[in-house]
Amino acid sequence: MIRITKHALYDILRNRFVLFYALFLMVITFSLFSLDSDPGKAVVSLLNIVLMVVPLVSIIFTTIYFFNSYEFIELLLSQPIDRKVIFFSEFFAVTIALSTAYLVGTGIPILLMSGSVGAWYLLFSGLLLTWVFVSLAFAASVSTRDKAKGIGIALLFWFYFGLIYDGFMLYIIYSFSDYPLEKVTLALVSLNPIDLARIVILLKLDISALMGYTGAFYKSFFGTSTGIIYSFSLLLLWTVIPLVLSLRKFLRKDI
Amino acid sequence: MIELRNVCKRFGELEVLKQVSSSFLSGSSYAVIGPNGSGKTTLIKSILGMVLPDSGTIEVHGKRIEGQWTYREDIGYMPQIGRYPDNMKIGQLFDMMRDLRQSTIPVDEELIMELRLRDLFHKRMHTLSGGTRQKVSAALSFLFNPSILILDEPTAGLDPLSVEILKAKILKEQERGKLFLITSHIMSDLDELSSNVMYIEEGTVRYSNSIEHLKKETGEDKLGKAIAFIMRSNFKLDKA
Repeated sequence: MIRITKHALYDILRNRFVLFYALFLMVITFSLFSLDSDPGKAVVSLLNIVLMVVPLVSIIFTTIYFFNSYEFIELLLSQPIDRKVIFFSEFFAVTIALSTAYLVGTGIPILLMSGSVGAWYLLFSGLLLTWVFVSLAFAASVSTRDKAKGIGIALLFWFYFGLIYDGFMLYIIYSFSDYPLEKVTLALVSLNPIDLARIVILLKLDISALMGYTGAFYKSFFGTSTGIIYSFSLLLLWTVIPLVLSLRKFLRKDI
Repeated sequence: MIELRNVCKRFGELEVLKQVSSSFLSGSSYAVIGPNGSGKTTLIKSILGMVLPDSGTIEVHGKRIEGQWTYREDIGYMPQIGRYPDNMKIGQLFDMMRDLRQSTIPVDEELIMELRLRDLFHKRMHTLSGGTRQKVSAALSFLFNPSILILDEPTAGLDPLSVEILKAKILKEQERGKLFLITSHIMSDLDELSSNVMYIEEGTVRYSNSIEHLKKETGEDKLGKAIAFIMRSNFKLDKA
């Protein structure tokens, strides 16, 4: 497994996209911190970028990578290698590459310029989001043989979790605003990894007072260590479930 | 040896293999012949575990292959279209395969030498012509000294000199008692390289016997003519 992961990693590093990704994140993070005198505000701006860019890059890069390494997978399958090992090696290779790029690109500026609790939460949530969207990308990739279709499905996932889902949630909240919705929204939030990450970070930034009663309710839940463990475990679950489903599909796939 | 029993496979509406049963014995070499789209490559990929049959069983050296992978140590596969990671150099590809196999058996580099691949080791895979890719595939399939070799159209796209080198290598390994499965549309090659023939049409085995026998039955002295005879005549020959 380690040997195949190593070779897949070489393959990823040979095209320099991951390097550009790290540089891009670093430039953005540095400039946000230097533009804003208040590091707290800079973290909020960074939050909005991380929550959009990290999932998008993770899911699209992974899907394209998977389809481009079809030849590699085909070659490995004719060798005495277990399909499971091939699948996990590919997964770990992409995850390691993207996580490292993200940690270097965002982590170094944060370490140098901020170091507030909120910023560290942001860094960690972004890392988990990377895993979640790599995993979702695998689900999109194994579901079809057609590259264009695969990328389409991946984009759809991103639109859904990044934009459509929030619209849907707002609609529910407005339509049923006469009822107490705290618990319902809590459940709805759990169904979207991006929202989970967002809420955990916002509550660590001490601006939850701006969010009214619901904010206070969230604070009483997500602010506690139980709430944080809950949301981080859910994000891990969001990684594991799509991964297991795509593994099952991959084991039965005709190459 | 390879044993297939009632192997069926469909891709959506299309039934690619219909109840294919056959056995391939060690020390013999088999020509797999059939029109385009008759299921030859699917049959080969099923033996390799790349395509998973809907029903039926496949055994390699007496062991069922479902969910197994170690049996592929014994198989060298030369695909119809060799596809390799684009950014890799030929040399890196060979190094990687060796690293992945960690095989203790001495590697067989004869084809790398004879096809002069070493001079091309610095070239990236995506810059290669179809013929050079074929050479790489051929050298890879023989590299780990497998006892079974599955060659899917091995001579297509190769220059005449390389074809002769490859043929000589195949004949040499046959004398060592290896099992060969070769598909091709070039009948004269198959006539030279194999002793048995399996004819597939629309996913069904229509004929399977020795080439000698086929020639006698059809009264032709060339494999190409004998096969053309079967294809034309819907003539049901005895399945051995």
